[in-house]
Amino acid sequence: MTAFAPPAARVRRPTVRGGRSGVTWMALPALLMFVAFGLIPLVGVLLLSFTTWNGIGAIHPSGLTSWRNALSDPELPHALWVTFEIMAISWLVQTPISILIGVFLAAFKRYRGFLAVLYFIPLLLSSAAISITFKALIDPNFGIGAGLGLSVLKQNWLGEPKLAIGVLIFIVSWQYIPFHSLIYQGAVRQIPATLYEASKLDGAGTIRQFFWITLPQIKYTIITSSTLMVVGSLTFFDLIYVLTGGGPGDSTRALALEMYQKGFMANLMGPASAIAMILVLVGLILAQLLRRLGGRGDESQLEGV
Amino acid sequence: MNDSALSRRKFLGLAAGAAGAATLAACGTSGPSSSGGGSGSASYWSLSGPPGQPYRQAAIDRFNKANPKSKITATFYQNDDYKQKIKTALGAGQPPTMIWGWGGGGLKDYVAADQVVDLTDWLSQNAAVKDKILPSAFGAATVDGKIYALPVETVQPIVLFYNKKVFDKVGVQPPQTYGDMLDLIPKFNARGIAPFSLAGQSRWTNMMWLEFMLDRNAGSEVFNNVFAGKANAWSDPAVLDMLTKVQDLVKNKAFVKGFESVVADQNADQALLYTGKAAMMLHGSWSYGIQVANGGDFVKSGGLGWMNFPPIDGGKGDPSNTVGNPGQYLSIASKASAAAQETAKKFFSTTLVDDQEKAGWVKSGGVPVLKDSESLYTGDDAQFLKDMSSIASKAKVFAQSWDQALSPTAAETLLDNIAKLFQLQVTPQQWVDNLNGVIGK
Repeated sequence: MTAFAPPAARVRRPTVRGGRSGVTWMALPALLMFVAFGLIPLVGVLLLSFTTWNGIGAIHPSGLTSWRNALSDPELPHALWVTFEIMAISWLVQTPISILIGVFLAAFKRYRGFLAVLYFIPLLLSSAAISITFKALIDPNFGIGAGLGLSVLKQNWLGEPKLAIGVLIFIVSWQYIPFHSLIYQGAVRQIPATLYEASKLDGAGTIRQFFWITLPQIKYTIITSSTLMVVGSLTFFDLIYVLTGGGPGDSTRALALEMYQKGFMANLMGPASAIAMILVLVGLILAQLLRRLGGRGDESQLEGV
Repeated sequence: MNDSALSRRKFLGLAAGAAGAATLAACGTSGPSSSGGGSGSASYWSLSGPPGQPYRQAAIDRFNKANPKSKITATFYQNDDYKQKIKTALGAGQPPTMIWGWGGGGLKDYVAADQVVDLTDWLSQNAAVKDKILPSAFGAATVDGKIYALPVETVQPIVLFYNKKVFDKVGVQPPQTYGDMLDLIPKFNARGIAPFSLAGQSRWTNMMWLEFMLDRNAGSEVFNNVFAGKANAWSDPAVLDMLTKVQDLVKNKAFVKGFESVVADQNADQALLYTGKAAMMLHGSWSYGIQVANGGDFVKSGGLGWMNFPPIDGGKGDPSNTVGNPGQYLSIASKASAAAQETAKKFFSTTLVDDQEKAGWVKSGGVPVLKDSESLYTGDDAQFLKDMSSIASKAKVFAQSWDQALSPTAAETLLDNIAKLFQLQVTPQQWVDNLNGVIGK
């Protein structure tokens, strides 16, 4: 422990002049990593989308052929729709539940702290492990329904398109609600207690407090959490791949899966790269839109407190 | 303090170094993975799991013991993972020395990309090696008249497996014709037993149904036209008829409930058969070894029956025809070093054609691609091996599985449309149109 420099030495260092250059310098490692593992591959994919390549032979530049191929494929709008469907429904399901659990866990009570730890467990498991487990559980022939003899649970969960989407969203929610609850828990704890005390004096009950104080106060957290959900749902791959492989038929084939199938199963790296670029664009646009939705970031939420 | 400045510089250096190294590693195109070990060391990738992996490992061990100086290192992957892994490795210029595969369309792509070594001359110089292998296995290893892979392991026709115990319980006889099969469907469903097990999520399992139904209906000619790249080859009326029959099977609940999400790599389809939840299953002959290994005493107690796919009433196809894998194939990567290639060739000409190899594959429950193995068919598996051997040798046409025969691009469209066909998401006519679009691609 004594090997570390005492914190006091660090506090002394940044002077007013040195402070700024220190900050720029600190961004450098992250920037390097981002350029090496984010930007360079992205440029590579952009270039690949203007070529024809089967993944094993030589790469031939072919202009817009791959883009035309990707955009004229009827699977693309379908995959976009599936992606949007999963995104919208999982947001609608996750947000209210996460906020409620977050508010519930925010109160400083010991049993709730214990519950918070329990809630957190699904987040510690990998998506692939979760998919395999759920797949085994809901198997109509060997799963929990057959085991307990409950015909309600013996549905063809992953064989009917609507049920399959439902199962997918259930598992996504099961996995990520703990994470978003944690964010909301932190946000709710940041709200000054004086706001609640004042409203209590004015005669507001728990429900009014929730809608008029808690919700407006965690507005930015809602936007952050929604951005994570929406952009995150664009990249669901492992979960869907293991659970349904995009099936039944193409009912759960989201954009990421469509890209994989084009690139690595059909050996069409050009069109797959074009789909990847579309995925990047959609993600950027959505993230920007959500930022706009949040309004100006400099307005105060604590005016008059 | 002084050391904080030092550590900063050191840190930056490290960061730049790491980024540089990562970039280099990503761009590297020339390091065959075999260069890592001693001189002549070679690498070998293949499929994991029963029944094959133990015998593949045994062959490697045998070779390494006899050749301590030029060792082979083996890595095993699951079936569907392997297909992606090998593609990525080839694309990145870092393939293993020996590439395991199914021949056919996939091999053709490797040849077009100059990734594999032409073995024609080597095989004519080593005629003794070639003579030990069944001639029929070389078809799928041949591209434009040249041989690019050595047939290894087993001949695997696809057969109709059935659970004798379930047939006895319901009091019915195994089907003689396709009409019999249709009659059996309601009888099993009435008893809460699925007529057919099927691993629908794997897609190539569904394809086996199409292969047999088309062949029994119209003979091998239709798919040969597709394979030859003739325009609109799928438009044959026999194809529409076959597709309609397949969709009728789905509508009549011939396949196990939830087949859409059953995965063959997890052997869940075979589990349905040996646990008696399903009565029949169309599957490759390798399934026998899996059922022996996983099914408890199911096979030993005589529970498993098998037959060639029954004829369709009025069909033109020869009922002796079969479909499947005429063998598995090992190619040598052209990027491998000369020493590693020599090691691989030594492995091909010694270990892979020796008597232990033959005996090993027979023990796995398979018919070896090596000649004169009939005398080894003894013990519990004798009847199965004899039957498989006779199906393979008596078949007028032993067609290669469609997805292996076609190019990966066409195969993916095929499998995609087959999955949709079983889901009733495309009509037979749409299926034909979609598939005509990728003929020859």
